[in-house]
Amino acid sequence: MAHASARRDPARARERTLLALAAPALIVLAVLFVWPLIRLLSMSVEGGTLAQFEKAALDELYVAVLWDSLEIALIVTVICLVLAYPVAMWIVQAGRLGFILGMFFLLLPFWTSVLVRTYAWMVLLGRNGIINRMLRDWGWIEFPLPLLHNLLGVLIGIVHVMLPYMVIPIYAALLRIDPDLKRAAEGLGAPAWRTFLRVTLPLSLPGVFAGSALVFVITLGFFITPALLGGGRVVMIATLIEQQVREFLDWNFAAALATVLLVVTLAIYALLGRLTGGQGHAAR
Amino acid sequence: MPRARRPAQPGRVVLTIVASLVFAFLMLPLVVVFPISVSSAAYLQFPPPGFSWQWYERFLDDPTWVESAIRSFKVALLCTALSMGLGVPLSFALVRSRLWGMRLADKLVAAPIIVPNIILSIAIYSLFSRLQLIGAWYGIAVAHTILALPFVVILVSAGLRTFDEAQEQAAMGLGASWGVAVWRITLPQLRPSLIAAGFLAFVTSFDELVIAMFLSGASMTLPKKMFDNIMLEIDPTIAAVSVMQIVLACICLGAAALFGRGVVPGAATK
Repeated sequence: MAHASARRDPARARERTLLALAAPALIVLAVLFVWPLIRLLSMSVEGGTLAQFEKAALDELYVAVLWDSLEIALIVTVICLVLAYPVAMWIVQAGRLGFILGMFFLLLPFWTSVLVRTYAWMVLLGRNGIINRMLRDWGWIEFPLPLLHNLLGVLIGIVHVMLPYMVIPIYAALLRIDPDLKRAAEGLGAPAWRTFLRVTLPLSLPGVFAGSALVFVITLGFFITPALLGGGRVVMIATLIEQQVREFLDWNFAAALATVLLVVTLAIYALLGRLTGGQGHAAR
Repeated sequence: MPRARRPAQPGRVVLTIVASLVFAFLMLPLVVVFPISVSSAAYLQFPPPGFSWQWYERFLDDPTWVESAIRSFKVALLCTALSMGLGVPLSFALVRSRLWGMRLADKLVAAPIIVPNIILSIAIYSLFSRLQLIGAWYGIAVAHTILALPFVVILVSAGLRTFDEAQEQAAMGLGASWGVAVWRITLPQLRPSLIAAGFLAFVTSFDELVIAMFLSGASMTLPKKMFDNIMLEIDPTIAAVSVMQIVLACICLGAAALFGRGVVPGAATK
């Protein structure tokens, strides 16, 4: 008995020390993250009524904007997936120089501010932007193409921001695949496309799902890029929330819209996480 | 080079073409601001008609630009210090503790990546306006800490997981206290992860706009000043500021990749 408790005590002391190390950060998170969120969300049911949610659900504008945001998030996820997969495959197969270059091209935009990149797209895509000017100077077009202040411009801007979030998880999943599996498939006579479909693709799915979850959920809450590249014509749910706070000072309604966005975000993330849960662990 | 090693396959050629196009797409907006920033023309002209430093001079001559840049540096430095000071100890607890609550804490720390920035921003805005913290630069730094903390914890935890705890126990067996063992043995070996985490925290705060929009009031950070400028008029001063930000990002990324660890995924295997 005495022996057992003497053994357990250092373990307990250790847990106490670790808890003390975690405490400051957890307190800050509780005060500056959890508490403000609870305060905000509780504003949506102030007065004990669901009137704010009713207002959101019955107003065609808000419902339409929510659907548009989900649609944009879905389109962006699909485009990112299609572009990111070949890039991840290329980096995995590349030599040292290719790896360094690829990672540089991928990480530099990731480390550069979204605002700088959005501004650059405005310069590139505008009516009198660089792309339209060049196409006109070369005589390829007569009138400027509508590239900015529409869905296309918003999609280009968001895809540019979200691509690294998709490439890196897929790349990590591809890296974990045992190269012997591919060699075995090839040795057994499978053509390259079949090896890809039956070996590489299924084993990389955890990365695909992880990347898709991240891209979809982050895109859903996008604010700056649609505000600048959409020119007021592409409205996403984050813009509506900001409007309610800034212009109408309607905190209760903003809180209701925020609650809807947060619930949808967490639900989708949890769902996609559950889909990959088993596989994700298996891959590790 | 891969092509020298293997015979060219049609699949690889297609892959290389697609990857090159995507890389070009990723770099295009970063590259394009360089010529505009040294243009002699007042409005957008491409290619620029002549060379001039005037937009950089305009930035340096305008106190509101310079002040906002200095403010952003201060905010980012304080945010880096706070998120490292909170995040490094937290990482030790998350990696080593077996308490059931730590799994929950793990999720909680990562949550700010998923929770939309606009929601976090107005939630903190509502709290800070009651505390009369709007316009205070340190208020922005504290709020940014919530956003930078997940990155710090992810990078430092990853480094800590590869560290062999037996080294710490050996030091303690030789008479060192746990604190001394961590300070002299563990942290020096974690240095690459710490460097990477510090730079990423700095950049996260320095570039952040949405929280700053709500909290900065009249004393603007650099991203807020840029945003207002883009909304009012696009003149090439923005391009000059953008070039400086890209160069700063290059320096931070380069330093983190060279002296740090965990920034470039899979780098160890290449």
